[in-house]
Amino acid sequence: MTPEVTVARSLDEALAALARDGAAAHVLAGGTDLMVELRTGRTRPERVVDVWKVGELRGVREENEGLRLGALSTCAELLRDSRVASHAPLLVAACREVGAEQIQARATLGGNLGTASPAADLNPALVALGARVRLRSRRGAREVAVDEFLCGYRKTLRERDELIESVLVPTRPAHERQLWRKVGTRRAQSISKLTVAVALAFEGACVSAVRAAAGSVGPRTLRLATLERELVGRPLSPALCRSAAAACARADITPIDDVRSTALYRRHAFARVLATLLAEPDGVPACPPS
Amino acid sequence: MKLQFTLNGERLELDVEPLRRLLDVVRDDLALTGTKEGCGEGECGACSVLVDGVVVNSCLVPASQVDGCEVVTIEGAGFERVRQCFLEQGAAQCGICTPGMIVMTRAWAERCRREGREPGLDDARTALAGNLCRCTGYGAILRAALDAAKERP
Repeated sequence: MTPEVTVARSLDEALAALARDGAAAHVLAGGTDLMVELRTGRTRPERVVDVWKVGELRGVREENEGLRLGALSTCAELLRDSRVASHAPLLVAACREVGAEQIQARATLGGNLGTASPAADLNPALVALGARVRLRSRRGAREVAVDEFLCGYRKTLRERDELIESVLVPTRPAHERQLWRKVGTRRAQSISKLTVAVALAFEGACVSAVRAAAGSVGPRTLRLATLERELVGRPLSPALCRSAAAACARADITPIDDVRSTALYRRHAFARVLATLLAEPDGVPACPPS
Repeated sequence: MKLQFTLNGERLELDVEPLRRLLDVVRDDLALTGTKEGCGEGECGACSVLVDGVVVNSCLVPASQVDGCEVVTIEGAGFERVRQCFLEQGAAQCGICTPGMIVMTRAWAERCRREGREPGLDDARTALAGNLCRCTGYGAILRAALDAAKERP
């Protein structure tokens, strides 16, 4: 069956279409996921709301609380933005490893969040950055931490009439190190076997705050609570990097065997990659926009 | 829906299903078969075309999203020099990936020139990372891409 399609030209039109009675609509942004799902028949929506031309969902702006990124921000746009580069190098590093140029031109922040695949590369970065997603409907707007928003395998807290409007990346602490690592079969165009994102704040030599998340090692983007607990309040010694990574790999992740990798490999590689990553002195460099 | 867009410099108006893939519009509705379908899921880059100057996989782009846009396929103008570089390097075997490779090479070469960047092999590999050659003829393809980016108009 061909779905009924609304091509929205404004936020009002998109929200009106989502608020209509009947079957819940699928939201179409850059199409990198839904267009494949439609062709293979894995998803057979009755209704689709195309939001690609909704200008209100685009753009990056600085706010008091941090940097607000429009839901339709593509990886390519985030890679070019100097404010994102200095504020969230972790997110830029993740964007650089999504697909290749053709996918980066279309894949969006909102699409990563809405699809909520455990293998979505931008989501662990957003969780580690403590980002909040703003949802809007005709009933109003609300903000939810990305960590809570991604509540299960391809499941989110988005209500059927809500649209992901933007993401707020909070202002960063003064002494912060952001870390990112993706493991895939090749450098580009591969879906992750595992990803890990860490934001560490320091007071002197000690870790004062830490948020960490991982992808492709559980049913959803996972917050790494054990790692955070192990690191906070301590100086980041090589021994601590190893022991905290090992404890995290035992307690925080639930990898499975699938087409891309095995549970055994993922757990083993995860511990090693994380230990190496934590020991990197500089983290992700605040790279110039490409 | 009524779709209005520019294809290879010509203004067109078509009646299409909004979610029809740009790839099918180009190949089946408009009989421009230079753009190839490889994987059909955004992995291989064989269906690469330019939309408003940006390279996209036309298998992932619904018709609704090119309304008002400028689309250029391998049949369009401006590919002559890159094509010549591919010919001279013998950078094609079965040929399925070639149109996509040429489209991406052109975009990359133009970007190098625009930004005054010296084209290098690593840069070429990154630019062409989303274009797969199933004959694995990457050596000649990368040489052709470098030739195209180094040549001055």
